[in-house]
Amino acid sequence: MIAIEVKNLYFAYSAEEYVLKNINLIVNEGERVAIIGENGAGKTTLIKHFNGLLKPTKGYVKILGKDTRRHSVAELSRHVGIVFQNPEHQFFAETVEKEVAFALENFGYPKDEIEKRVNYILKYFDLQKYRDKSPFNLSEGEKKRLAIASILVYDPEILVLDEPTTGQDAIQKRKIAEIIKRLSEKGRTIIVVTHDIEFVVELFDRVIVMAEGRIIADGPTREVITNYEIIKRARLLPPQINICARLLEDLGIPSNIITVSELVEEITKVYER
Amino acid sequence: MEKIVEINNVTFYYEGSDTPAISSINLSINRGEFVLITGPSGCGKSTLCRLLNGLIPHFYSGKLIGEVIVKGYNTKETPTHILARHVGMVFQNPENQLFLSSVEKEIIFGLENLGLPREEIKRRLNEVIELFHLENIINKAPYELSGGEQQKVAIAAVVAMKPEILVLDEPTSNLDPLSAQEILSLVKELNREMQMTIIIVEHRLDLLCKHVNRIIVMNKGKIIYNGTPNDLFNQYNLEKLGINIPKVIEAYLRLKKRKILQNNEIPLSPEDFAKLVKREFYRVR
Repeated sequence: MIAIEVKNLYFAYSAEEYVLKNINLIVNEGERVAIIGENGAGKTTLIKHFNGLLKPTKGYVKILGKDTRRHSVAELSRHVGIVFQNPEHQFFAETVEKEVAFALENFGYPKDEIEKRVNYILKYFDLQKYRDKSPFNLSEGEKKRLAIASILVYDPEILVLDEPTTGQDAIQKRKIAEIIKRLSEKGRTIIVVTHDIEFVVELFDRVIVMAEGRIIADGPTREVITNYEIIKRARLLPPQINICARLLEDLGIPSNIITVSELVEEITKVYER
Repeated sequence: MEKIVEINNVTFYYEGSDTPAISSINLSINRGEFVLITGPSGCGKSTLCRLLNGLIPHFYSGKLIGEVIVKGYNTKETPTHILARHVGMVFQNPENQLFLSSVEKEIIFGLENLGLPREEIKRRLNEVIELFHLENIINKAPYELSGGEQQKVAIAAVVAMKPEILVLDEPTSNLDPLSAQEILSLVKELNREMQMTIIIVEHRLDLLCKHVNRIIVMNKGKIIYNGTPNDLFNQYNLEKLGINIPKVIEAYLRLKKRKILQNNEIPLSPEDFAKLVKREFYRVR
């Protein structure tokens, strides 16, 4: 089944200029897709269409077959959880615990189920010690984790994360990666907006690149991120490993490799030849 | 070598907390060093930065034990406006640091506060415009700028004050990789050309390793490593410590384990890596 269908989408905040121009996109259920592109390319504007926060000026967006123009944000949010880049825009509860419990209460979950889920997720993200603190008093990295936790806790079918790894150390980054893999195994659809090219290499098979309100590339990760012209337009740096590979081309290392394992294998082959 | 920063047995508790944010810290930094401080979230990196310009104890209340000496000033006894002449501070989010209506005003503001004469202000303004290539944005308002440009302006405004020490607390975490690389190259230039002492907190070791001469790793409020990048990567299991190992170094360590690469010279960039692999390859042939 199709999780997200975007057809001829144009969007403008004001009459003057389209911020999104003719976006066409299909994401199937269970897919993991990364969206990359420079600030102002329209990535966040696009994902705001996925739960109906923004409605198309022209064209349409369907979420699990539901046209976002005809369904409320509240209804769509049950299916699509979006974690925005700035977690503070998302917080409103007095305590970390209440923040995480909010959606569950709203969706009418039984009390013991709420408690169980809240405990689990706080522990997973190493936030239980802040349970009674105000979300606004956490560090930047902790705020980010709380924002993710408060969406994950109700387990939406489609999860959208805007820059989940900014300011996270290696341990937290690995946790976020693990959770994405695990949700993906459960068949959830995952969309991540990111600048973190290594995170893309590790987790995503498909990459969409945006620039100036348009999709300029959409394809297999290896193909897209070894295209340096595209990477530059997205204001990214190529993966370190790919830079190494290109510098070693004269030893016979293929120039399209992107992972550490591939590079180690290829160099081993060259040495054993 | 002039010791420009000396931290002697420092422990700090934020008010209302009974666990110290940092404990028993001893650290000395020489003039002209480029020091990276890294470690997992909540390890005390930002607290350490706040000690250097007197934000602790003058703005953050709590219990401070031990002493911090910066350029010969004991920070406990020195007002922050005096320390600010010697220690410039740049934070993660430039928006919190920029508040005036144009880039030029941002830069002039700090200089006026130093009470400099008009000609000197003008001279320094022109100097940083040139150094940071701000010609095209000098009359713009900070909110019209991209995140990378904002951070550049925040650093320029601090550098115009000519501090001997520049402290940067995760200056690139809100920037795209290309802008991050630009900012870090600029910081390297300040270190190399002006002998400015740089102390930077960052998670992005991939972009920084090649620039720094010392890495300090913190964990749970303590310094657990203080030395060269080379020794750090050769000796420690970094992922356990919450440190993002650059991919080139990961590749090197795996090849070393396979005994394909033999020496202990850690490549800190793809260029170093390629050179090392080729050198070893032709040596073996």
